[in-house]
Amino acid sequence: MTFANSPQANQVSPSLQPKGWLRYLSFSLDHKVIGLQYLVCGFLFYLIGGALASAIRIELSSPISDFLARDVYNQVLTLHGTIMIFLWIVPVVNGAFGNYLIPFYVGARDMAFPRLNAVAFWLIPPAGLMLISSYFITGAAESGWTAYPPLSITTPAAGQIIWILSVLLLGGSSIFGGINFIATILKLRRPGLKLMQLPMYCWAMLGTSILVVLSTPVLAGTLILLSFDIVAHTGFFNPTLGGNVIVYQHLFWFYSHPAVYIMVLPAFGLVSEILPVHCRKPLFGYATMVYSIMAIVVLGLMVWAHHMFTSGTPPWMRLFFTIATSFIAVPTGIKFFNWVATLWGGRISLNSAVLFSCGFIVNFVLGGITGVALAQVPFDVHVHDTYFVVAHFHYIVYGGSVFVIFSSIYHWYPKFTGKMLNEHLGRFHFVLTFIGFNLCFAPQHWLGLNGMPRRVAEYDPQFAFVNQLSSVGALIMAISTLPFLWNVIQSAFNGDVAGDNPWQGLTPEWLTSSPPPVENWQGEAPLVTEPYGYGITNEELAVEPSINDDIQIPQDK
Amino acid sequence: MTILLCIALVLGGTWVGQHVNLLPISASSNAPVYDELFRVLLSIGTILFVGMLGLVIYSLIKFRRRPGQTGDGLAIEGNLPLEIFWTAVPAIVILFVGLYSYDIYDRMGGMQPLQHGEHGHQKMSTNQRIWGGIGSGTVSQAESKSNNPLPVEVTAMQFAFLFHYPKGNIISGELHVPTGQQVSMKMESKDVIHAFWVPEFRLKQDIIPGQPTVLNFTPTKPGRYPIVCAELCGPYHGGMRSAVVVEEPAEYESWYSKNSKEIISEA
Amino acid sequence: MTTITPLDETNKVQVSKDQEHEDHRLFGLVAFLVADGMTFAGFFAAYLTFKSVNPLLPDAVYELELPLPTLNTVLLLVSSATFHRASKALKISDSKECQRWLMITAGLGLAFLISQMFEYFTLPFGLTDNLYASTFYALTGFHGLHVTLGAFMILIVWWQARSPGGRITSENQFPLEAAELYWHFVDGIWVILFIILYLL
Ligand code: HEA
Ligand code: HEA
Ligand code: CUA
Ligand SMILES: [Cu+2]
Repeated sequence: MTFANSPQANQVSPSLQPKGWLRYLSFSLDHKVIGLQYLVCGFLFYLIGGALASAIRIELSSPISDFLARDVYNQVLTLHGTIMIFLWIVPVVNGAFGNYLIPFYVGARDMAFPRLNAVAFWLIPPAGLMLISSYFITGAAESGWTAYPPLSITTPAAGQIIWILSVLLLGGSSIFGGINFIATILKLRRPGLKLMQLPMYCWAMLGTSILVVLSTPVLAGTLILLSFDIVAHTGFFNPTLGGNVIVYQHLFWFYSHPAVYIMVLPAFGLVSEILPVHCRKPLFGYATMVYSIMAIVVLGLMVWAHHMFTSGTPPWMRLFFTIATSFIAVPTGIKFFNWVATLWGGRISLNSAVLFSCGFIVNFVLGGITGVALAQVPFDVHVHDTYFVVAHFHYIVYGGSVFVIFSSIYHWYPKFTGKMLNEHLGRFHFVLTFIGFNLCFAPQHWLGLNGMPRRVAEYDPQFAFVNQLSSVGALIMAISTLPFLWNVIQSAFNGDVAGDNPWQGLTPEWLTSSPPPVENWQGEAPLVTEPYGYGITNEELAVEPSINDDIQIPQDK
Repeated sequence: MTILLCIALVLGGTWVGQHVNLLPISASSNAPVYDELFRVLLSIGTILFVGMLGLVIYSLIKFRRRPGQTGDGLAIEGNLPLEIFWTAVPAIVILFVGLYSYDIYDRMGGMQPLQHGEHGHQKMSTNQRIWGGIGSGTVSQAESKSNNPLPVEVTAMQFAFLFHYPKGNIISGELHVPTGQQVSMKMESKDVIHAFWVPEFRLKQDIIPGQPTVLNFTPTKPGRYPIVCAELCGPYHGGMRSAVVVEEPAEYESWYSKNSKEIISEA
Repeated sequence: MTTITPLDETNKVQVSKDQEHEDHRLFGLVAFLVADGMTFAGFFAAYLTFKSVNPLLPDAVYELELPLPTLNTVLLLVSSATFHRASKALKISDSKECQRWLMITAGLGLAFLISQMFEYFTLPFGLTDNLYASTFYALTGFHGLHVTLGAFMILIVWWQARSPGGRITSENQFPLEAAELYWHFVDGIWVILFIILYLL
């Protein structure tokens, strides 16, 4: 128990931390270092998850099961889903950008609990490595990322147990992160900064963290019960011992539906930061944006059973969940219309960041519309557990969250490194990704409607052509990572020097040097009460210069 | 101009909904109802998607920063009537979609009380609940045609379906059903969760161990359609297929009498 | 999630001096307890669903004895009060008194654990007997784990509250406050658990 330790003994002063690139491998307490640790670590897992996706698409380019054995296929798709969700999207949209940006946005020098923060990050690599190594040592879990019992109880136990352990660790990491974000946003705000003056990403992270704190523990509890079923042969979810498999589904989705908003709300926040800067316009409808985030949080907690329309739930329950789910389209729609209104009448620089953000809008609207269709019970009974669902969620998680991650990297890379990325390569990356993505996932809607279930290694030959089309799309997506990787790596060494504020942004992270110093600002933190004050003349802007006057206020353009 | 564009969009979307056919043929009394819902959703979806796509592309082109241009855009921070407008429109659309799909759900028999078991051919232990979903009640159109559903007991296991006809004591690996006759299936699983899905019927129901489920349907079109297991159930999940053979009543009768005799003579 | 990770100490790089750090740590602890409470809520929901959807066969139903758990409830409730006395004593820098009350609290916690163990051994069903039994043990076991952890925390706090040399003083009350909050939380959970498991 640390209560026993003296504060002095525990205090690692910043000077004791490694300097230079080595600090990225250390137990650093600097929120910027931790943010980048999350980002790079997440991206490595993305490459692994993507390699697994490539294996899936290679297998599915022919109707018979030839490239991977059937049980290996199931392991691969389980690992793919788990890695992409728990090791890529969730850590990156929350952990990476949250840690990097939130302290700037609230005008703090670090997160509320820096040590907890570092612990949260360092839970991730071991959990991820454990998960992946299970594939080589005992065989990975093979019951899908949903791990429905009784399948997950009857498949080889070792892999499933390791899967449970690593998801528990990742869930713990996520909870610690969430607590930290809530405390930082609510408690560390610079005096004088009101909640309704915070950049939108703070609101998104506040909403997300509330979801994390309320729903992740339920998943943890559920997985503990599941592991008892596997190890101690209890019968919670084991029908032969009198258990009930549907209860697992309710508990699982009570977390995993909110989890989809954990993956997308921060992305919404990031887009709200990126678009105003490059459109040179204030974010349209700040207040409605805030309310819609909170509405999504509330609604998101009560729609979980829409994943269970064919699980034999009673009719009233289906009806309730249909209606609740459909209504999420209203607050979400508000956000989308607000973004379009932000574009409208702007001076938009068509750079990579904007292209990826706009790609996100387009893809997400399509994914959202198929989502609303799925929410209708009578519609869902046909397409549940088919490629239509696979198409729906890739449109949202890839076309939504991943596009936003790329957009954010293009936007904040100058701040992270002090160097600019190559715009031509960036646009090339966008075009390839956009084409590959749509080619890969659009045809899957048709597959699902016409009778191809998901999670199969073999399928009816009539679907071969469309599957091959989809595989070609995946190939283009895989290729599209190359210009990106090249761009990111070589720009770090040879990129143009970015300067402190290349985009003339007004949010606080731009009002310091690039990369920022250890405690974020040389002098006192600036008070930014109008983070989106574009188009307003300088005098009206309420940016208080710091005491030392070494913070640049953007010059009038 | 804007109004014209909107009208064109709505008309175009409706046209797409009505004329683009993305679904397999429909072979149960449930399917045409489903297709009706699908067309409406497709129309609405197309209108919304193309509309948003158009708006984004238009603004990117119209409001792009031209070479040499400096300065900011207009400092518009909000517009209450506009925001109320685009809260209200999706809300109305959603309300419509919700009510409409409720109607469809009802017509598919989702809201009816469970029907299975009325014909007294199976014993149910009192502490077991039977779950059902769409098609667990009677499909309304079919009800007039036949009041006497054909009972079938379905057993699913890794990795096969077994169909048992209690009336003729037939056990079959394929499901044979006559057109126009309501079929009432009671489904049970021996091991893990499976799902019974016939794409041409637009019906799916999980088969859950320890919790029998029911599924009622009325086939309408003769033919041979795949029965697909739609719930991950192990390595051979992809190979867990069977077929439903929908026959004219006469043909079905001959299949039935042929098979039921065989079984009885053996027994 | 039962691990308690160190909440951070005074953070020197803090800008605004007008905020007390204790506040953040307690705030963080409250957020953590909300999360922990959700784990219990998940278990309770599972238990109640099992109970209503999967009724046991008549011969498996067993009426739980009430005296022991009632005693347990009393033990925990009293221990909450004694803990409160300890923190009151600390506020007036009476470390002897504080330590005494802490010891009593720890003793009550221990008594609770022992009597819980006793109940486990006398129950006519085992962990894997049936759904009801499994859920019963999962819920009480998970709670018992919390009590054990809390008891350790109290012992550490007790040791640190010794008068010359201990780190917990009326200036540095946070560890004691945190442990107290946690203890009250564990108590509260027990009351809900008692009502749901034994009385319903
Ligand atoms: C980031 C992830 C994410 C997000 C944000 C969403 C968002 C939504 N999802 Fe999705 N979903 C997943 C990830 C996500 N989903 C995953 C991973 C699965 C599969 C899990 C598995 O089984 O493995 C899934 C599955 C899934 C199902 C179950 C399908 C099945 O298995 O049978 C359903 C059903 O209701 C659903 C619905 C929705 C809805 C209604 C939304 C809404 O939030 C969307 C709202 C957005 C819009 C509607 C677009 C913008 C709005 C407008 C432009 C306004 C106008 C629009 C209208 C009036 C319609 N999703
Ligand atoms: C959350 C995020 C996420 C992301 C980003 C993706 C990305 C991709 N997914 Fe994913 N997918 C899921 C989440 C995600 N997926 C989930 C949750 C499931 C359900 C799992 C389940 O059913 O349990 C699923 C299932 C799933 C299926 C269905 C499998 C089945 O049901 O049988 C398919 C099939 O096409 C697929 C394809 C892809 C493809 C082609 C990509 C592509 O976008 C990937 C593109 C990236 C790359 C191609 C990387 C390129 C890099 C390299 C190849 C270099 C490798 C180098 C090294 C390793 C050093 N996914
Ligand atoms: Cu049976 Cu899949
Ligand atoms: Cu969902």
